[in-house]
Amino acid sequence: MSLPATLGSGRTGWSPGFLVKLALIALVDALGVYAVLAAWGAGSWGILAAMVALLLVANWAYFSKRALPLKYILPGLAFLLVYQVYVVAYTGYVAFTNYGDGHNSTKEQAIEALLVQNERRVEGSPSSPLTVVADGDELGFALGSPDGAMQVGTADQPLEPAPDATVEDGRVTALPGYTVLTYAEVLESQQEVTDLRVPVSDDPTDGSIRTQDARTGYVFTSTLTYDAPSDTMTDTATGVTYTPNDDGQFEAADGSTLPVGWRVLVGLDNFVTAFGDDRYAGPFGKILLWTFAFAVVSVASTFLLGLFLAIAFNDARLRGRRIYRTLVILPYAIPGFLAALLWSGLLNRSYGFVNEVLLGGAQIPWLTDPVLAKLAVLGVNLWLGFPYMFLICTGALQSLPGDVLEAARIDGAGRWRTWRSITLPLLLVATAPLLISSFAFNFNNFTLIYMLTGGGPRFDDASVPLGHTDILISMVYSVSGLDGTAAKDYGLASALSIVIFVVVATISALAFRRTRSLEEIA
Amino acid sequence: MSTTSAPMSRPPSLARPADPPRRPAPSRRPTAARWFSDLGWRHLVGVLAVAYAGFPLVYVVSASLADGGTLTGSNDLFASVSGANYVALGGTRFWTWMANTLVVAVATGVGTVLMGAAAAYAFSRFRFSGRRVGLTALLIIQMFPQMLAFVAIFLLLISLGNVVPVLGLDSKLALICVYLGGALGVNTFLMYGFFNTVPREIDEAAKIDGASHAQIYWTIVLRLTAPILAVVGLLSFISTFGEFIIARVLLQSEENWTLAVGLYGWVSSLQEANWGLFAAGAVVSAVPVLALFLFLQKYIVGGLTAGSVKG
Repeated sequence: MSLPATLGSGRTGWSPGFLVKLALIALVDALGVYAVLAAWGAGSWGILAAMVALLLVANWAYFSKRALPLKYILPGLAFLLVYQVYVVAYTGYVAFTNYGDGHNSTKEQAIEALLVQNERRVEGSPSSPLTVVADGDELGFALGSPDGAMQVGTADQPLEPAPDATVEDGRVTALPGYTVLTYAEVLESQQEVTDLRVPVSDDPTDGSIRTQDARTGYVFTSTLTYDAPSDTMTDTATGVTYTPNDDGQFEAADGSTLPVGWRVLVGLDNFVTAFGDDRYAGPFGKILLWTFAFAVVSVASTFLLGLFLAIAFNDARLRGRRIYRTLVILPYAIPGFLAALLWSGLLNRSYGFVNEVLLGGAQIPWLTDPVLAKLAVLGVNLWLGFPYMFLICTGALQSLPGDVLEAARIDGAGRWRTWRSITLPLLLVATAPLLISSFAFNFNNFTLIYMLTGGGPRFDDASVPLGHTDILISMVYSVSGLDGTAAKDYGLASALSIVIFVVVATISALAFRRTRSLEEIA
Repeated sequence: MSTTSAPMSRPPSLARPADPPRRPAPSRRPTAARWFSDLGWRHLVGVLAVAYAGFPLVYVVSASLADGGTLTGSNDLFASVSGANYVALGGTRFWTWMANTLVVAVATGVGTVLMGAAAAYAFSRFRFSGRRVGLTALLIIQMFPQMLAFVAIFLLLISLGNVVPVLGLDSKLALICVYLGGALGVNTFLMYGFFNTVPREIDEAAKIDGASHAQIYWTIVLRLTAPILAVVGLLSFISTFGEFIIARVLLQSEENWTLAVGLYGWVSSLQEANWGLFAAGAVVSAVPVLALFLFLQKYIVGGLTAGSVKG
C-alpha cells in the first residue's frame, strides 16, 4: 500500500475519517461524563450504572479492531435498549406493583411526606420576627431573634445561620445574596408565602418554620412520629400506632390507614382486578370484545372495499384510471389524526355536515349513541383504511404471474373459475401478512378512537371513565390517569398493557410463521 | 408472495402498470350494454369512490376558507371564500407546533435511517457470533409496539429528567430519543432484506481495491440502497408526524406541543368556535405529508407492500 488508491479518504490511520470518528467519540464521552456526574449528584445509581456501561461499551466498540459489527449496531442498539427493551421490561415490573396515586414513591419518601403533611403549630412554640426574602425566583424566610442569631432558609435549603444580616428591632432588613420583599410584593404572592415551608434542619422530625402574616414565624412539628427500630408511626395527638401492611401503607389496629403509601409488589392483584373486580371486570370484558370486533371488522371491510376497487380499476382499457387511483388514495395521504378530528366535526349531531347537509337536517347522534358510535368508528376507519388495501391489492393483482392465468384460459376456465381458483388464492398469499399487521395496527389504533369519540359514550354502570367505543389501548390510557381525569393507577395500566402485548404477540407470531422473515435469517 | 419478498426490485407502481398492451379495437361495434359490463361500471365505481374519498377533503378546504369559522357556518360549501382563518393562525401557537412537529419528525426520520441502515449493513454483511440471536431478538422486539409502554416511558423520563433535564418530560429532544428507540425494531428487517439483494461481489471487489468497511458502507452500500432508505425515512417521518399518544403524555407545556396534540386541543375544547381555525390548520399541516406522499408514491407503495403500516 505504498500508493493507496484511496489516498485522502481512507478510514485508517490518522485519516480524516478517523479524525471525524475521534471528534464524535470525544463529544459522546463529554456528554456521557456530564450525565454520569449529574447522576452522581442526583443520587440516581441506576442511571449512573447504565451510563457508565454505555460509555465503556461505546469506547471499546469504536477503538477496538475486534468489534467491527458492533460499530454499526451500537447507536441503534443503545436507543433500543433504553427506550424499548427497558421500558417493556419496566412495564412488566410495574404491572406487579401498586404504583399510582397514594403509592408513588419509596417507603422513606412516604414517611417523609407523612411527617411533612401532618405538621401542626406546636402550642407555646417559640415565634420569631420573620422577613420574606427572595433568592432569585425562590422565596425564603429570614428569621431575626433578640439575641442576634439570625437565620435564613428556603423550601429546599434548611435554616442556616446568617451572621451578616442587617437587623433593626430584631427584624432582618437586609441580607447579602437575598432581596427583601416589600409589603406590596408580599401581598402579590400571598398564597405562595403562606404555603411556604422552610425546614428547620435536614431531619423532618425537627419540623419547619411557617407563617400566616409574613411577619411572625412559628415552628411547626409533625403530629406523627416515626420510630425506625420498630418501623411504626405514632400519632402523638391521639396516641394511635400505625404499622406497615402488605399494601404499602401504615395501618392502625382499627384498619384505618395513613393517606400516603409507598409502592410494593402486589403479585397478580392488578390482573385479578382487570378480570375479576366489580368495577373493572364488566367494562374490561366489553372492551376486550369490542377491540377484537373493531380490529377484525376494520381489516375485513377495508380489505373488501380496497380489493373491489383494485379489481374495478385493474383494466388497461379504462380511461383516466391514473386519475381515479390518485384521487382514491388521497385519504391515505392525510395524517390519521387530522382525518379523525375532521370526521368528529363532520359527524357532529347538531351542526355536522353529515347530518345537516347529506341527511337533510337529521339529528342522528352519531358519536353519542352506543351502537351508532361503534358504527361511526368503523365507518371512519373504513374511509381511512381502504386506500391502503387498495394499494396493496393493486400491487398484488399486477404481479400475478401471467403464464398461470394464460394456462387457465387455454384450459378453458371461465372468468369466475379463474378468479376463484387462481387469482384469489394467490392474492391472499401475497396479502395475508399485511392483513395481520394491519390487524395488529388497528388493535392499538388509539389515535382514531381517542380523537373521534374519546372512548365515549360512557358506560352507565361504571365508576371508571370508560365508554362503549374504548379499545384496550385507550382503556390503558384512561386507567393510567395521565390525562388527569381519574386517579393514577400505573400498576393496573401496565397490567392491561401486558394483556395487549400477549394478544398482539400471539397474532404477530402467527403472522411471522407465514412470512419468510424467519427463513431469511438463515 | 412475490410482492412481499421482493418489493423494491419491482414496485407495483401506479405510474408504470404492468398490464398487457392495449388490445386492438374489436371489429364488432360494441353495444351500450356491452360497454357497460366491460368498462362502464368501472367508471361508475370510480366516480362513486372518488366522491366518497374526496368529499371530506373538499369540505375541509371549504371550511378553511369560510369566513365564519364555526361548524354550522362551514356547511355551505364555498359559500364564502376568504383567507381569514389562515391569517388568524398567526395569532395562535400553530406555527410553533408546526415547527416542533417538523423538527421532531425530520430528526426522527434521519436518525431512523442512519441507525437502521447501519444495523442492517452489519447484519447483512458481517458474520459474527450472536448474529442469528440478534436478528431473532429484533423480530420478537418489533412485535411490541412502543406506544403500549407509554406509562413506563413516562416514568423513565421522570427519572431521567431528574438527572439531565433535557432528556426528561416536556422536552422535544427526549421525545426524539423515545421515537429513535423504536427505530431499530421496526425498520431493520425491511432494510436487511433489501441490503441482501445488493450483491456482495460489489463490496468484495471494493475491498480488494483497498476500501475500508466504512468506505464500502458510506460510498457503495448506502448509494445502492437509496430507494429503501428513502422509503424508511419517509414512513418514519409520516408516522412521527401523526404520532399522538406518546407526544401527548410527554409534552406538557403548550409551546412544546406537536400538531397532533395541539390540534386535538382545539377540536376537543370549544369545537364550535375553533372549527375554522382547525380546518385551516388541517389543510396547512396536511400539505407536507400529502406532497411527499404524492411525489414519492411509487417508493412508498413499494415499502408498504413490504410490510410497513402508516400511522
